[in-house]
Amino acid sequence: MNIEELTKKTVEIRKGIIEAVYHAQSGHPGGSLSVADILTVLYFNEMNIKPEDPNWEDRDRLVLSKGHCSPALYSCLANKGYFPVEDLKTFRKIDSYLQGHPDRNKVPGVDMTTGSLGQGLSAANGMAIAGKMDQKDYRVYCILGDGEIEEGQIWEAAMTSSKYKLDNLCVIVDNNNLQIDGTIKEVMSPYPIDEKFRSFGFEIIKIDGHDIEEIIKAFEVAKNIKDKPTCIIAKTIKGKGISYMENQVGWHGKAPNEEQYKEAMANLVSLGTGLE
Amino acid sequence: MKKATRQSYGEALLELGKENKDVVVLDADLAGATKTELFAKEFPDRFFDIGIAEADMMGTAAGLATCGKIPYVSTFAMFAAGRSYDQVRNSICYPNLNVKICATHAGITVGEDGATHQMIEDLSLMRTIPNMTVLSPSDDAQTQWIIKEISKINGPAYVRLARLATEEIYDENQKFEIGKAVQHGDGTDGTIFATGVTVQEALKAQKLLQEKEINVRVVDMFSIKPIDKEMIIKCATETKKLVSIEDHNVIGGLGSAISEVLTDEYPTKLIRLGIKDTFGRSGKAEELMKIYGIVSDNIIEKF
Repeated sequence: MNIEELTKKTVEIRKGIIEAVYHAQSGHPGGSLSVADILTVLYFNEMNIKPEDPNWEDRDRLVLSKGHCSPALYSCLANKGYFPVEDLKTFRKIDSYLQGHPDRNKVPGVDMTTGSLGQGLSAANGMAIAGKMDQKDYRVYCILGDGEIEEGQIWEAAMTSSKYKLDNLCVIVDNNNLQIDGTIKEVMSPYPIDEKFRSFGFEIIKIDGHDIEEIIKAFEVAKNIKDKPTCIIAKTIKGKGISYMENQVGWHGKAPNEEQYKEAMANLVSLGTGLE
Repeated sequence: MKKATRQSYGEALLELGKENKDVVVLDADLAGATKTELFAKEFPDRFFDIGIAEADMMGTAAGLATCGKIPYVSTFAMFAAGRSYDQVRNSICYPNLNVKICATHAGITVGEDGATHQMIEDLSLMRTIPNMTVLSPSDDAQTQWIIKEISKINGPAYVRLARLATEEIYDENQKFEIGKAVQHGDGTDGTIFATGVTVQEALKAQKLLQEKEINVRVVDMFSIKPIDKEMIIKCATETKKLVSIEDHNVIGGLGSAISEVLTDEYPTKLIRLGIKDTFGRSGKAEELMKIYGIVSDNIIEKF
Protein backbone atom coordinates (compact mmCIF):
# COMPACT_ATOMS: atom_id res chain seq x y z
CA MET A 1 0.00 0.00 0.00
CA ASN A 2 1.12 3.57 -0.61
CA ILE A 3 1.16 6.23 2.08
CA GLU A 4 -2.20 7.65 1.07
CA GLU A 5 -3.89 4.24 1.18
CA LEU A 6 -2.27 3.42 4.48
CA THR A 7 -3.40 6.73 5.95
CA LYS A 8 -6.98 5.95 4.91
CA LYS A 9 -6.61 2.50 6.42
CA THR A 10 -5.61 4.00 9.77
CA VAL A 11 -8.99 5.72 9.90
CA GLU A 12 -10.76 2.39 9.39
CA ILE A 13 -8.59 0.77 12.07
CA ARG A 14 -9.49 3.54 14.51
CA LYS A 15 -13.18 3.12 13.73
CA GLY A 16 -12.82 -0.54 14.60
CA ILE A 17 -11.19 0.33 17.92
CA ILE A 18 -14.01 2.68 18.86
CA GLU A 19 -16.70 0.19 17.76
CA ALA A 20 -15.13 -2.57 19.84
CA VAL A 21 -14.67 -0.55 23.00
CA TYR A 22 -18.04 1.19 22.72
CA HIS A 23 -20.01 -2.03 22.23
CA ALA A 24 -18.10 -3.74 25.02
CA GLN A 25 -18.51 -0.68 27.25
CA SER A 26 -15.09 -1.75 28.44
CA GLY A 27 -11.51 -1.84 27.17
CA HIS A 28 -8.54 0.40 26.52
CA PRO A 29 -9.00 3.02 23.79
CA GLY A 30 -6.12 5.38 24.69
CA GLY A 31 -3.18 3.07 24.06
CA SER A 32 -4.99 1.34 21.19
CA LEU A 33 -5.28 4.66 19.36
CA SER A 34 -1.65 5.58 20.05
CA VAL A 35 -0.36 2.36 18.49
CA ALA A 36 -2.91 2.24 15.64
CA ASP A 37 -0.70 3.78 12.95
CA ILE A 38 2.24 1.50 13.74
CA LEU A 39 0.05 -1.60 13.67
CA THR A 40 -1.61 -0.50 10.44
CA VAL A 41 1.73 -0.14 8.69
CA LEU A 42 2.84 -3.52 10.02
CA TYR A 43 -0.28 -5.43 8.98
CA PHE A 44 -0.99 -3.65 5.70
CA ASN A 45 2.49 -2.91 4.42
CA GLU A 46 5.29 -4.57 6.25
CA MET A 47 4.47 -8.03 7.50
CA ASN A 48 4.65 -11.12 5.33
CA ILE A 49 1.43 -12.87 6.35
CA LYS A 50 -1.46 -14.89 4.91
CA PRO A 51 -4.80 -14.13 6.54
CA GLU A 52 -6.23 -17.28 4.92
CA ASP A 53 -3.52 -19.34 6.62
CA PRO A 54 -2.95 -17.75 10.04
CA ASN A 55 -0.55 -20.48 11.20
CA TRP A 56 1.63 -20.43 8.09
CA GLU A 57 5.08 -21.47 9.32
CA ASP A 58 7.04 -18.82 7.45
CA ARG A 59 4.88 -15.86 8.44
CA ASP A 60 6.23 -12.79 10.18
CA ARG A 61 5.09 -12.76 13.80
CA LEU A 62 3.82 -10.02 16.05
CA VAL A 63 3.66 -10.03 19.82
CA LEU A 64 1.50 -7.27 21.26
CA SER A 65 3.16 -7.28 24.66
CA LYS A 66 0.93 -4.40 25.78
CA GLY A 67 -1.96 -6.81 25.40
CA HIS A 68 -4.61 -4.47 26.77
CA CYS A 69 -4.44 -2.69 23.41
CA SER A 70 -6.15 -5.69 21.84
CA PRO A 71 -8.79 -3.47 20.15
CA ALA A 72 -6.08 -2.09 17.84
CA LEU A 73 -4.76 -5.57 17.06
CA TYR A 74 -8.24 -7.03 16.51
CA SER A 75 -9.22 -4.13 14.29
CA CYS A 76 -6.16 -4.72 12.11
CA LEU A 77 -6.74 -8.47 11.96
CA ALA A 78 -10.41 -8.00 11.11
CA ASN A 79 -9.72 -5.41 8.42
CA LYS A 80 -7.00 -7.64 7.03
CA GLY A 81 -9.51 -10.47 6.64
CA TYR A 82 -8.69 -12.83 9.49
CA PHE A 83 -12.28 -12.55 10.73
CA PRO A 84 -15.35 -10.36 10.04
CA VAL A 85 -15.07 -6.68 10.99
CA GLU A 86 -18.62 -6.99 12.35
CA ASP A 87 -17.29 -9.34 15.07
CA LEU A 88 -15.41 -6.42 16.65
CA LYS A 89 -18.77 -5.53 18.24
CA THR A 90 -18.62 -8.76 20.25
CA PHE A 91 -15.32 -7.77 21.90
CA ARG A 92 -15.19 -8.72 25.60
CA LYS A 93 -18.71 -10.21 25.48
CA ILE A 94 -19.55 -13.50 27.13
CA ASP A 95 -19.58 -15.80 24.08
CA SER A 96 -17.04 -13.91 21.98
CA TYR A 97 -13.69 -15.28 20.89
CA LEU A 98 -12.40 -11.70 21.09
CA GLN A 99 -11.13 -11.89 24.66
CA GLY A 100 -10.23 -8.76 26.62
CA HIS A 101 -6.58 -9.57 26.09
CA PRO A 102 -5.16 -11.40 23.02
CA ASP A 103 -5.50 -15.20 23.12
CA ARG A 104 -3.56 -17.11 20.48
CA ASN A 105 -5.80 -20.14 20.77
CA LYS A 106 -9.02 -18.23 20.24
CA VAL A 107 -8.27 -15.43 17.79
CA PRO A 108 -6.93 -16.22 14.32
CA GLY A 109 -3.82 -14.18 13.62
CA VAL A 110 -2.79 -13.66 17.23
CA ASP A 111 0.72 -15.06 17.53
CA MET A 112 1.09 -14.83 21.29
CA THR A 113 -1.22 -14.70 24.26
CA THR A 114 -0.43 -11.58 26.25
CA GLY A 115 -1.93 -9.36 28.92
CA SER A 116 0.26 -9.73 31.98
CA LEU A 117 2.63 -6.87 31.20
CA GLY A 118 6.32 -7.39 30.66
CA GLN A 119 6.16 -10.89 29.22
CA GLY A 120 5.92 -10.39 25.46
CA LEU A 121 9.53 -9.62 24.64
CA SER A 122 10.66 -12.95 26.10
CA ALA A 123 8.20 -14.80 23.89
CA ALA A 124 9.24 -12.75 20.87
CA ASN A 125 12.86 -13.72 21.59
CA GLY A 126 11.85 -17.37 21.63
CA MET A 127 10.21 -16.99 18.22
CA ALA A 128 13.24 -15.19 16.83
CA ILE A 129 15.63 -17.83 18.21
CA ALA A 130 13.49 -20.58 16.66
CA GLY A 131 13.59 -18.73 13.33
CA LYS A 132 17.37 -18.64 13.43
CA MET A 133 17.61 -22.31 14.42
CA ASP A 134 15.37 -23.31 11.53
CA GLN A 135 17.09 -20.89 9.12
CA LYS A 136 13.81 -19.18 8.33
CA ASP A 137 13.57 -15.64 7.03
CA TYR A 138 10.60 -14.51 9.05
CA ARG A 139 10.79 -11.42 11.25
CA VAL A 140 9.37 -10.95 14.71
CA TYR A 141 7.80 -7.68 15.85
CA CYS A 142 7.19 -6.93 19.50
CA ILE A 143 5.21 -3.93 20.70
CA LEU A 144 5.89 -2.63 24.18
CA GLY A 145 4.18 0.14 26.11
CA ASP A 146 6.39 2.83 27.58
CA GLY A 147 4.88 2.21 31.00
CA GLU A 148 5.25 -1.52 30.46
CA ILE A 149 9.02 -1.27 30.28
CA GLU A 150 8.99 -0.52 34.01
CA GLU A 151 8.62 -4.31 34.34
CA GLY A 152 11.98 -5.93 35.12
CA GLN A 153 11.41 -8.88 32.81
CA ILE A 154 11.68 -6.56 29.81
CA TRP A 155 15.30 -5.90 30.68
CA GLU A 156 16.04 -9.57 31.30
CA ALA A 157 14.61 -10.20 27.85
CA ALA A 158 16.54 -7.29 26.32
CA MET A 159 19.77 -9.01 27.38
CA THR A 160 18.59 -12.21 25.72
CA SER A 161 17.72 -10.40 22.44
CA SER A 162 21.20 -9.01 22.40
CA LYS A 163 23.06 -12.16 23.51
CA TYR A 164 21.55 -14.17 20.66
CA LYS A 165 22.08 -11.35 18.13
CA LEU A 166 18.42 -11.38 17.15
CA ASP A 167 18.55 -9.17 14.07
CA ASN A 168 15.26 -10.78 13.01
CA LEU A 169 13.62 -9.04 15.97
CA CYS A 170 12.22 -5.53 15.91
CA VAL A 171 10.92 -4.02 19.14
CA ILE A 172 8.65 -1.00 19.02
CA VAL A 173 8.09 1.12 22.12
CA ASP A 174 4.80 3.00 21.97
CA ASN A 175 5.99 6.10 23.78
CA ASN A 176 2.69 7.87 24.50
CA ASN A 177 4.06 9.13 27.79
CA LEU A 178 1.03 8.21 29.91
CA GLN A 179 0.20 5.34 32.24
CA ILE A 180 -2.74 4.83 34.58
CA ASP A 181 -1.46 6.83 37.54
CA GLY A 182 -0.05 9.72 35.50
CA THR A 183 2.84 10.50 33.16
CA ILE A 184 5.50 7.82 32.98
CA LYS A 185 7.98 10.38 34.23
CA GLU A 186 5.96 10.95 37.40
CA VAL A 187 5.06 7.34 38.10
CA MET A 188 8.38 5.57 37.47
CA SER A 189 10.42 7.07 34.73
CA PRO A 190 11.92 4.66 32.22
CA TYR A 191 13.67 7.58 30.48
CA PRO A 192 16.05 7.78 28.73
CA ILE A 193 14.49 4.87 26.82
CA ASP A 194 16.86 5.17 23.86
CA GLU A 195 20.00 5.07 25.98
CA LYS A 196 18.69 2.16 27.99
CA PHE A 197 17.98 -0.03 24.95
CA ARG A 198 21.19 1.10 23.25
CA SER A 199 23.24 0.06 26.26
CA PHE A 200 21.47 -3.31 26.21
CA GLY A 201 22.79 -3.84 22.69
CA PHE A 202 19.96 -2.61 20.47
CA GLU A 203 20.14 -0.43 17.39
CA ILE A 204 17.90 2.58 18.10
CA ILE A 205 15.59 4.31 15.65
CA LYS A 206 13.50 7.25 16.86
CA ILE A 207 10.37 8.21 14.96
CA ASP A 208 7.07 10.03 15.12
CA GLY A 209 4.72 7.09 15.63
CA HIS A 210 1.94 8.80 13.69
CA ASP A 211 3.98 9.67 10.59
CA ILE A 212 3.30 6.84 8.16
CA GLU A 213 6.34 7.57 6.03
CA GLU A 214 8.66 7.55 9.03
CA ILE A 215 7.17 4.29 10.28
CA ILE A 216 7.66 2.60 6.90
CA LYS A 217 11.25 3.81 6.67
CA ALA A 218 12.06 2.66 10.21
CA PHE A 219 11.01 -0.90 9.40
CA GLU A 220 13.11 -0.79 6.22
CA VAL A 221 16.16 0.36 8.13
CA ALA A 222 15.61 -2.26 10.85
CA LYS A 223 15.58 -5.06 8.28
CA ASN A 224 19.07 -4.20 7.17
CA ILE A 225 20.66 -4.11 10.61
CA LYS A 226 22.78 -7.19 11.15
CA ASP A 227 23.86 -9.07 14.28
CA LYS A 228 21.77 -7.09 16.71
CA PRO A 229 18.13 -6.39 17.49
CA THR A 230 16.47 -3.08 16.70
CA CYS A 231 14.34 -0.94 18.95
CA ILE A 232 12.11 1.68 17.36
CA ILE A 233 11.07 4.32 19.86
CA ALA A 234 7.86 5.80 18.53
CA LYS A 235 6.74 9.10 19.99
CA THR A 236 2.96 8.90 20.06
CA ILE A 237 -0.12 10.57 21.46
CA LYS A 238 -2.40 8.57 23.70
CA GLY A 239 -5.93 8.67 22.29
CA LYS A 240 -4.63 9.90 18.89
CA GLY A 241 -7.37 10.68 16.38
CA ILE A 242 -10.23 11.28 18.80
CA SER A 243 -9.85 14.90 19.82
CA TYR A 244 -11.34 14.64 23.30
CA MET A 245 -9.27 11.55 24.13
CA GLU A 246 -5.89 12.90 23.04
CA ASN A 247 -3.33 13.09 25.84
CA GLN A 248 -6.02 12.38 28.43
CA VAL A 249 -4.93 9.67 30.84
CA GLY A 250 -8.56 9.18 31.83
CA TRP A 251 -9.09 7.41 28.49
CA HIS A 252 -6.59 4.67 29.27
CA GLY A 253 -9.21 2.13 30.20
CA LYS A 254 -12.62 3.68 29.74
CA ALA A 255 -15.33 3.23 27.11
CA PRO A 256 -17.15 6.18 25.51
CA ASN A 257 -20.86 6.64 26.23
CA GLU A 258 -23.34 6.95 23.36
CA GLU A 259 -22.83 10.65 22.86
CA GLN A 260 -19.05 10.34 23.03
CA TYR A 261 -19.19 7.39 20.66
CA LYS A 262 -21.10 9.43 18.09
CA GLU A 263 -18.64 12.28 18.46
CA ALA A 264 -15.69 9.92 18.06
CA MET A 265 -17.15 8.33 14.94
CA ALA A 266 -17.96 11.78 13.50
CA ASN A 267 -14.37 12.74 14.24
CA LEU A 268 -13.11 9.76 12.29
CA VAL A 269 -15.56 10.20 9.41
CA SER A 270 -14.43 13.77 8.89
CA LEU A 271 -10.80 12.66 9.19
CA GLY A 272 -11.53 10.15 6.43
CA THR A 273 -13.35 12.66 4.25
CA GLY A 274 -10.45 15.05 4.63
CA LEU A 275 -8.27 12.44 2.98
CA GLU A 276 -10.49 12.06 -0.10
CA MET B 1 22.78 -47.64 44.15
CA LYS B 2 21.39 -44.33 45.33
CA LYS B 3 20.85 -41.62 42.75
CA ALA B 4 19.23 -38.18 42.75
CA THR B 5 16.34 -37.72 40.35
CA ARG B 6 18.03 -34.57 38.98
CA GLN B 7 20.88 -36.80 37.77
CA SER B 8 18.40 -39.17 36.13
CA TYR B 9 16.82 -36.13 34.48
CA GLY B 10 20.13 -35.01 32.98
CA GLU B 11 20.79 -38.46 31.59
CA ALA B 12 17.30 -38.90 30.18
CA LEU B 13 17.42 -35.47 28.58
CA LEU B 14 20.63 -36.34 26.77
CA GLU B 15 19.04 -39.49 25.35
CA LEU B 16 15.87 -37.65 24.42
CA GLY B 17 17.97 -35.02 22.65
CA LYS B 18 19.38 -37.72 20.41
CA GLU B 19 15.92 -39.09 19.60
CA ASN B 20 14.03 -35.83 19.09
CA LYS B 21 15.63 -32.89 17.33
CA ASP B 22 12.81 -30.53 18.35
CA VAL B 23 13.87 -30.80 21.98
CA VAL B 24 15.67 -27.66 23.16
CA VAL B 25 16.88 -26.95 26.68
CA LEU B 26 16.94 -23.71 28.66
CA ASP B 27 18.62 -23.13 31.97
CA ALA B 28 19.20 -20.15 34.24
CA ASP B 29 22.86 -20.41 35.23
CA LEU B 30 22.39 -23.71 37.04
CA ALA B 31 23.22 -26.22 34.31
CA GLY B 32 25.77 -27.95 36.55
CA ALA B 33 23.28 -28.37 39.38
CA THR B 34 20.19 -29.22 37.33
CA LYS B 35 22.30 -31.57 35.16
CA THR B 36 21.21 -29.99 31.89
CA GLU B 37 24.96 -29.61 31.23
CA LEU B 38 24.94 -33.18 29.91
CA PHE B 39 22.61 -32.06 27.11
CA ALA B 40 24.44 -28.75 26.67
CA LYS B 41 27.77 -30.43 25.98
CA GLU B 42 26.29 -32.72 23.34
CA PHE B 43 23.94 -30.19 21.74
CA PRO B 44 25.34 -26.68 22.26
CA ASP B 45 23.16 -25.26 19.46
CA ARG B 46 19.99 -26.45 21.17
CA PHE B 47 20.93 -25.25 24.63
CA PHE B 48 20.22 -21.73 25.86
CA ASP B 49 21.63 -20.35 29.07
CA ILE B 50 19.36 -17.42 29.82
CA GLY B 51 21.35 -16.37 32.86
CA ILE B 52 19.87 -15.55 36.24
CA ALA B 53 16.57 -14.49 34.74
CA GLU B 54 13.98 -17.19 35.29
CA ALA B 55 10.98 -15.11 34.26
CA ASP B 56 12.59 -14.39 30.90
CA MET B 57 13.54 -18.05 30.53
CA MET B 58 9.91 -19.14 30.88
CA GLY B 59 8.75 -16.58 28.32
CA THR B 60 11.51 -17.48 25.88
CA ALA B 61 10.51 -21.12 26.18
CA ALA B 62 6.91 -20.15 25.46
CA GLY B 63 7.98 -18.35 22.27
CA LEU B 64 10.08 -21.33 21.15
CA ALA B 65 7.10 -23.61 21.74
CA THR B 66 4.88 -21.49 19.46
CA CYS B 67 7.33 -22.37 16.68
CA GLY B 68 7.19 -26.12 17.23
CA LYS B 69 10.15 -26.59 19.56
CA ILE B 70 9.78 -28.69 22.70
CA PRO B 71 11.56 -26.69 25.38
CA TYR B 72 12.72 -28.37 28.58
CA VAL B 73 13.28 -25.60 31.09
CA SER B 74 15.29 -26.08 34.24
CA THR B 75 16.18 -24.23 37.37
CA PHE B 76 15.59 -24.82 41.06
CA ALA B 77 11.95 -25.41 42.02
CA MET B 78 12.00 -22.21 44.07
CA PHE B 79 12.62 -20.11 40.97
CA ALA B 80 10.66 -22.18 38.48
CA ALA B 81 7.41 -22.37 40.40
CA GLY B 82 7.87 -19.47 42.78
CA ARG B 83 9.65 -16.64 41.09
CA SER B 84 8.21 -17.34 37.64
CA TYR B 85 4.68 -18.23 38.68
CA ASP B 86 3.02 -15.52 36.59
CA GLN B 87 5.08 -16.38 33.50
CA VAL B 88 4.30 -20.08 33.91
CA ARG B 89 0.61 -19.32 34.32
CA ASN B 90 0.09 -16.64 31.69
CA SER B 91 2.76 -17.26 29.04
CA ILE B 92 2.83 -21.08 29.20
CA CYS B 93 -0.27 -22.65 30.73
CA TYR B 94 -2.99 -20.29 29.58
CA PRO B 95 -1.90 -20.58 25.92
CA ASN B 96 -1.36 -24.31 26.62
CA LEU B 97 2.15 -24.27 25.18
CA ASN B 98 4.34 -27.33 24.95
CA VAL B 99 6.89 -26.38 27.62
CA LYS B 100 8.31 -28.90 30.07
CA ILE B 101 9.41 -27.36 33.35
CA CYS B 102 11.83 -29.70 35.08
CA ALA B 103 12.50 -28.17 38.47
CA THR B 104 15.26 -29.57 40.62
CA HIS B 105 16.13 -29.03 44.28
CA ALA B 106 12.52 -29.24 45.48
CA GLY B 107 11.56 -29.59 49.14
CA ILE B 108 13.48 -29.28 52.40
CA THR B 109 15.78 -32.07 51.25
CA VAL B 110 17.74 -29.35 49.44
CA GLY B 111 19.43 -29.25 52.85
CA GLU B 112 22.20 -26.84 53.71
CA ASP B 113 21.03 -23.93 51.52
CA GLY B 114 18.19 -23.35 53.96
CA ALA B 115 14.67 -21.96 53.76
CA THR B 116 15.17 -19.53 50.86
CA HIS B 117 15.95 -22.46 48.58
CA GLN B 118 13.64 -25.09 50.05
CA MET B 119 10.58 -25.01 47.83
CA ILE B 120 7.69 -26.53 49.77
CA GLU B 121 4.82 -24.84 47.92
CA ASP B 122 5.44 -25.83 44.29
CA LEU B 123 3.01 -28.74 44.04
CA SER B 124 0.33 -26.45 45.36
CA LEU B 125 1.17 -23.61 42.97
CA MET B 126 1.59 -25.76 39.89
CA ARG B 127 -1.34 -28.14 40.29
CA THR B 128 -3.84 -25.33 40.59
CA ILE B 129 -3.01 -23.96 37.13
CA PRO B 130 -5.36 -25.24 34.42
CA ASN B 131 -3.73 -27.27 31.58
CA MET B 132 -0.73 -28.20 33.73
CA THR B 133 0.41 -31.79 34.26
CA VAL B 134 2.33 -32.22 37.54
CA LEU B 135 4.65 -35.15 38.13
CA SER B 136 6.83 -35.97 41.11
CA PRO B 137 9.04 -39.02 40.46
CA SER B 138 10.53 -41.15 43.20
CA ASP B 139 13.51 -42.83 41.59
CA ASP B 140 15.84 -43.13 38.64
CA ALA B 141 13.83 -45.42 36.35
CA GLN B 142 10.61 -43.50 36.93
CA THR B 143 12.29 -40.16 36.24
CA GLN B 144 13.88 -41.46 33.03
CA TRP B 145 10.49 -42.68 31.86
CA ILE B 146 8.73 -39.42 32.77
CA ILE B 147 11.24 -37.19 31.02
CA LYS B 148 10.72 -39.06 27.75
CA GLU B 149 6.98 -39.56 28.18
CA ILE B 150 6.20 -35.87 28.63
CA SER B 151 7.76 -35.10 25.25
CA LYS B 152 4.79 -37.00 23.77
CA ILE B 153 2.13 -34.91 25.51
CA ASN B 154 1.27 -31.68 23.74
CA GLY B 155 1.01 -29.21 26.60
CA PRO B 156 2.78 -27.91 29.67
CA ALA B 157 4.20 -30.16 32.38
CA TYR B 158 5.95 -29.57 35.69
CA VAL B 159 8.33 -32.25 36.94
CA ARG B 160 9.50 -32.02 40.54
CA LEU B 161 13.03 -33.32 41.00
CA ALA B 162 15.20 -33.72 44.06
CA ARG B 163 18.76 -32.96 45.02
CA LEU B 164 18.90 -35.80 47.54
CA ALA B 165 20.10 -39.18 46.26
CA THR B 166 17.47 -41.84 46.90
CA GLU B 167 17.11 -45.62 46.57
CA GLU B 168 16.34 -47.41 43.34
CA ILE B 169 12.74 -48.54 43.52
CA TYR B 170 11.91 -49.72 40.03
CA ASP B 171 13.80 -51.62 37.36
CA GLU B 172 13.89 -50.28 33.86
CA ASN B 173 11.14 -52.64 32.65
CA GLN B 174 8.54 -51.23 35.04
CA LYS B 175 5.48 -49.91 33.22
CA PHE B 176 4.13 -46.50 34.17
CA GLU B 177 1.23 -44.42 32.99
CA ILE B 178 0.58 -40.74 33.67
CA GLY B 179 -2.45 -40.52 35.94
CA LYS B 180 -1.89 -44.02 37.35
CA ALA B 181 -0.31 -44.48 40.77
CA VAL B 182 1.92 -47.47 41.47
CA GLN B 183 0.82 -49.82 44.26
CA HIS B 184 3.39 -51.70 46.33
CA GLY B 185 1.91 -54.62 48.29
CA ASP B 186 -1.74 -55.25 49.05
CA GLY B 187 -1.90 -55.00 52.83
CA THR B 188 -5.27 -53.94 54.21
CA ASP B 189 -4.25 -52.49 57.57
CA GLY B 190 -3.48 -49.20 55.92
CA THR B 191 -2.31 -47.26 52.87
CA ILE B 192 0.69 -44.98 52.76
CA PHE B 193 0.47 -42.51 49.92
CA ALA B 194 3.86 -41.01 49.12
CA THR B 195 5.55 -39.03 46.36
CA GLY B 196 9.12 -38.15 45.37
CA VAL B 197 11.75 -38.64 48.07
CA THR B 198 9.21 -39.90 50.62
CA VAL B 199 8.38 -43.05 48.65
CA GLN B 200 11.53 -44.73 49.97
CA GLU B 201 10.49 -43.75 53.52
CA ALA B 202 7.07 -45.27 52.97
CA LEU B 203 8.59 -48.51 51.70
CA LYS B 204 10.91 -48.62 54.72
CA ALA B 205 7.93 -48.11 57.04
CA GLN B 206 6.02 -50.85 55.24
CA LYS B 207 8.83 -53.32 55.95
CA LEU B 208 9.14 -52.33 59.59
CA LEU B 209 5.38 -52.49 60.14
CA GLN B 210 5.34 -55.97 58.63
CA GLU B 211 7.67 -57.12 61.41
CA LYS B 212 4.93 -56.07 63.83
CA GLU B 213 2.41 -57.94 61.68
CA ILE B 214 0.82 -54.77 60.44
CA ASN B 215 0.31 -55.11 56.73
CA VAL B 216 0.14 -51.88 54.78
CA ARG B 217 0.38 -51.02 51.14
CA VAL B 218 2.40 -48.16 49.70
CA VAL B 219 1.12 -46.11 46.80
CA ASP B 220 3.60 -44.09 44.78
CA MET B 221 1.61 -41.03 43.74
CA PHE B 222 4.11 -39.78 41.16
CA SER B 223 1.28 -38.34 39.09
CA ILE B 224 0.01 -35.43 41.18
CA LYS B 225 -2.10 -34.12 38.33
CA PRO B 226 -3.87 -35.92 36.82
CA ILE B 227 -4.33 -37.79 40.08
CA ASP B 228 -5.34 -41.44 40.26
CA LYS B 229 -8.82 -41.14 41.72
CA GLU B 230 -9.61 -44.82 41.27
CA MET B 231 -6.58 -45.86 43.29
CA ILE B 232 -7.43 -43.45 46.10
CA ILE B 233 -11.01 -44.67 46.31
CA LYS B 234 -9.90 -48.32 46.09
CA CYS B 235 -7.45 -47.87 48.97
CA ALA B 236 -10.04 -46.00 51.02
CA THR B 237 -12.46 -48.90 50.61
CA GLU B 238 -9.96 -51.72 51.06
CA THR B 239 -7.73 -50.48 53.88
CA LYS B 240 -8.34 -49.37 57.46
CA LYS B 241 -6.18 -46.29 57.65
CA LEU B 242 -4.91 -43.71 55.18
CA VAL B 243 -1.66 -41.78 55.60
CA SER B 244 0.06 -39.42 53.16
CA ILE B 245 3.64 -38.23 53.35
CA GLU B 246 5.44 -35.59 51.30
CA ASP B 247 8.44 -33.29 51.30
CA HIS B 248 6.11 -30.31 50.82
CA ASN B 249 3.89 -28.11 52.92
CA VAL B 250 0.95 -30.17 54.23
CA ILE B 251 -1.19 -27.41 52.75
CA GLY B 252 -1.80 -27.75 49.05
CA GLY B 253 0.33 -30.71 48.05
CA LEU B 254 -0.18 -34.47 47.83
CA GLY B 255 -2.21 -34.79 51.03
CA SER B 256 -4.51 -31.99 49.94
CA ALA B 257 -4.92 -33.49 46.47
CA ILE B 258 -5.90 -36.86 47.98
CA SER B 259 -8.25 -35.14 50.45
CA GLU B 260 -10.01 -33.41 47.58
CA VAL B 261 -10.71 -36.76 45.93
CA LEU B 262 -11.86 -38.32 49.21
CA THR B 263 -14.14 -35.38 50.00
CA ASP B 264 -15.79 -35.64 46.61
CA GLU B 265 -15.97 -39.39 46.21
CA TYR B 266 -15.58 -41.30 49.46
CA PRO B 267 -15.26 -39.20 52.64
CA THR B 268 -12.55 -40.85 54.73
CA LYS B 269 -10.07 -39.65 57.33
CA LEU B 270 -6.57 -39.05 55.98
CA ILE B 271 -3.52 -38.47 58.20
CA ARG B 272 -1.36 -35.97 56.35
CA LEU B 273 2.39 -35.92 57.02
CA GLY B 274 4.45 -33.13 55.54
CA ILE B 275 6.05 -29.83 56.46
CA LYS B 276 3.64 -28.32 58.96
CA ASP B 277 3.17 -24.91 57.38
CA THR B 278 6.53 -23.66 58.51
CA PHE B 279 9.76 -22.67 56.77
CA GLY B 280 12.74 -25.00 56.75
CA ARG B 281 16.33 -24.29 57.81
CA SER B 282 19.90 -25.29 57.02
CA GLY B 283 21.12 -28.77 57.80
CA LYS B 284 21.69 -32.15 56.20
CA ALA B 285 18.73 -33.48 54.22
CA GLU B 286 18.40 -36.56 56.44
CA GLU B 287 18.48 -34.42 59.60
CA LEU B 288 15.84 -32.10 58.21
CA MET B 289 13.56 -34.96 57.24
CA LYS B 290 13.66 -36.17 60.84
CA ILE B 291 13.14 -32.74 62.38
CA TYR B 292 10.25 -31.90 60.07
CA GLY B 293 8.62 -35.29 60.47
CA ILE B 294 8.78 -36.93 57.07
CA VAL B 295 10.68 -40.17 57.74
CA SER B 296 9.53 -43.77 58.14
CA ASP B 297 9.28 -43.43 61.95
CA ASN B 298 6.64 -40.74 61.55
CA ILE B 299 4.57 -43.14 59.51
CA ILE B 300 5.05 -46.06 61.88
CA GLU B 301 3.84 -44.10 64.89
CA LYS B 302 0.50 -43.58 63.17
CA PHE B 303 -0.21 -47.32 63.25
